Amino acid sequence: MPHAPIDAGPPHAATVVSRVQESPTIFTLRLRLDDAAAQAAFRFAPGQFNMLYLYGVGEVPVSIMSDPEEHGIIGHTIRALGRVTRGLAALQPGDRVGVRGPFGRGWPLQDLGGNDVVLVTGGLGCAPAVSVIHYVLRRRARFGKLVIIQGVKHADDLIWRMQYEQWAKLPDTQVLVAASQGAAFWPWHVGRVTELFGLARFNPERAVAMLCGPEGMMRAAAESLLGRGLPEAHLYLSMERNMQCGVGRCGHCQFGGAFVCQNGPVFNWAEVKGLLGHRGF
Amino acid sequence: MFNEAEHSVFLPHDRLAALLAAIRDGGWQCVGPRVEQGAIVMAPLAEGEDLPRGLQAEQAPGQYRLAADARQRYFAWANGPQAIKPLTFAPQESLWRVVRTTDGALAFEAVVPEAPKLAVIGVRACDLAALALQDAHFLRKDRVDAQYAARRAQLFLVAVQCAVPAATCFCASTGDGPTPTAGHDLALAELDDGFVVVAGSAPGRAVLQGLDLAAATPAQIAAARAQGDAAAAAQTRHLPGRDLREVLMARLKHPQWDAVAARCLACGNCTAVCPTCFCYAEHEMPALDGTSSLHARAWDSCFGETHGHLHGFNVRPDIRTRYRQWLTHKLAGWHDQFGRSGCVGCGRCIAWCPAGIDFTVEVAALTGASGAEGT
Repeated sequence: MPHAPIDAGPPHAATVVSRVQESPTIFTLRLRLDDAAAQAAFRFAPGQFNMLYLYGVGEVPVSIMSDPEEHGIIGHTIRALGRVTRGLAALQPGDRVGVRGPFGRGWPLQDLGGNDVVLVTGGLGCAPAVSVIHYVLRRRARFGKLVIIQGVKHADDLIWRMQYEQWAKLPDTQVLVAASQGAAFWPWHVGRVTELFGLARFNPERAVAMLCGPEGMMRAAAESLLGRGLPEAHLYLSMERNMQCGVGRCGHCQFGGAFVCQNGPVFNWAEVKGLLGHRGF
Repeated sequence: MFNEAEHSVFLPHDRLAALLAAIRDGGWQCVGPRVEQGAIVMAPLAEGEDLPRGLQAEQAPGQYRLAADARQRYFAWANGPQAIKPLTFAPQESLWRVVRTTDGALAFEAVVPEAPKLAVIGVRACDLAALALQDAHFLRKDRVDAQYAARRAQLFLVAVQCAVPAATCFCASTGDGPTPTAGHDLALAELDDGFVVVAGSAPGRAVLQGLDLAAATPAQIAAARAQGDAAAAAQTRHLPGRDLREVLMARLKHPQWDAVAARCLACGNCTAVCPTCFCYAEHEMPALDGTSSLHARAWDSCFGETHGHLHGFNVRPDIRTRYRQWLTHKLAGWHDQFGRSGCVGCGRCIAWCPAGIDFTVEVAALTGASGAEGT
């Protein structure tokens, strides 16, 4: 996949084009690199991430949620949690940030043709998966069934609720959403997302599954999917670790011998299953 | 190294100053051993400054003491807390700078490090092996670290064979010493009256040519080789193998991790003195007037609380998991990443551990092999 030059720095200057408040703590920034040539050359694969820089504060890794074929814009959906993300939350259209990236290995979308696609996401894990959903929907004939499984702690945490409702109406598309805590007019399941795995309709022998979210959820999903006969080679997951450089250099994101920022964040199940669940890695 | 098949010359002790002068004439500033705060440190050498002489470094778990050595050699000390690492991978440095104009636009620019030509006098075989490992990390083909590369390109390395290993040394078992074999510009083997010298590069040969030195005699060469062999044989510590990846990764729940965690202070000394540890943390230094900001990095340690920090969650919340991360990265993860162990047997992590934790003993306990004799 072609991409803008990857390096440890310095970032590209970028301007906030739009800002959407998705939930009380989650917001989406759509950015454009100030250097028009750099923006035109910017390519990424769904599942890759950028380092976003807030002036005078620092950087955070954030997955890219926009459509990879929408070349004029770079979209990031972010939860305001720490110093940088709370500062990013205060930005308005016209404000400036820095962007380094894209970094890492994305989802294996080129290899999915002809398969059912199963996406299991938890919390804000849906952000890196939403570009996969768009990718599949725009090339619908190339894929089998599309199963979208999303879990959130509280019903209010579900962002893009309208989209889930629209996706659920599409042919050959199944949407299963669970919230551990429901709310008024919550049309989906109340309980753990793992309780929904058995409802997913797909052909395990001709399916690819992609997981993104808390590791406990991903392990439970993997166990269920593999138990239904999904081959290990067809199971992928996106890992999250402390990332500061983005180029496999600063050492924080190491998971065994892998640099998550470079060898991942998307891994095949077989690559990480040995250490997954070992507290401390 | 130090055999009759290669061209070697003899540098009498009283010509050492002439060698340093020739290096300076080549445009390099000299960094070399100096006694500071009771230890051998690598420091800029003033013109005409003599090197410390007649000193040994007695090292043991949690202990480093300089002691007199009757032979009056320059390099009878095995090593000090520093290797080459601080000279190439700076303990802290700026990476890039950003200026904000009044309309809010951001202008980023890389910070280019000052990188004078630098000759390092007295590097050891373990230091050269560690430098090769740092090169593998920081100079990967498609991921060259600009700061490291700028300094690395300016180095002139004068290596010295270790004839007097410290009790903490185990480079023979890792295959990295005690005699330098590659990566140097000049390699020295010190005898009681001078040095057998071999050039390892074109700049090294050029420096030697100006000195008009006599060829080393077969007896001098044989003595150099013999003392290298003796130094290897004298090492009492060792690792139980050069590839411990499988055995260690199969023992992630071994009770020894708890035992070492009870003694480890998580101070990070071991990672600071380790010549191959490469972790760094990035941080921001905004100017007080608000118009610019520096983005910088500083050495980090996997023993620190923030190393495994993830919003609202710490991947490694306790010392057990941090020590295990360090040791398994060093002896297992490095094989995946760079095709060999990340330990070069310098023993610094043993000597400079305030709790006296002996890396070789921990590895022996974890792998079920015997580590050090007499400990």
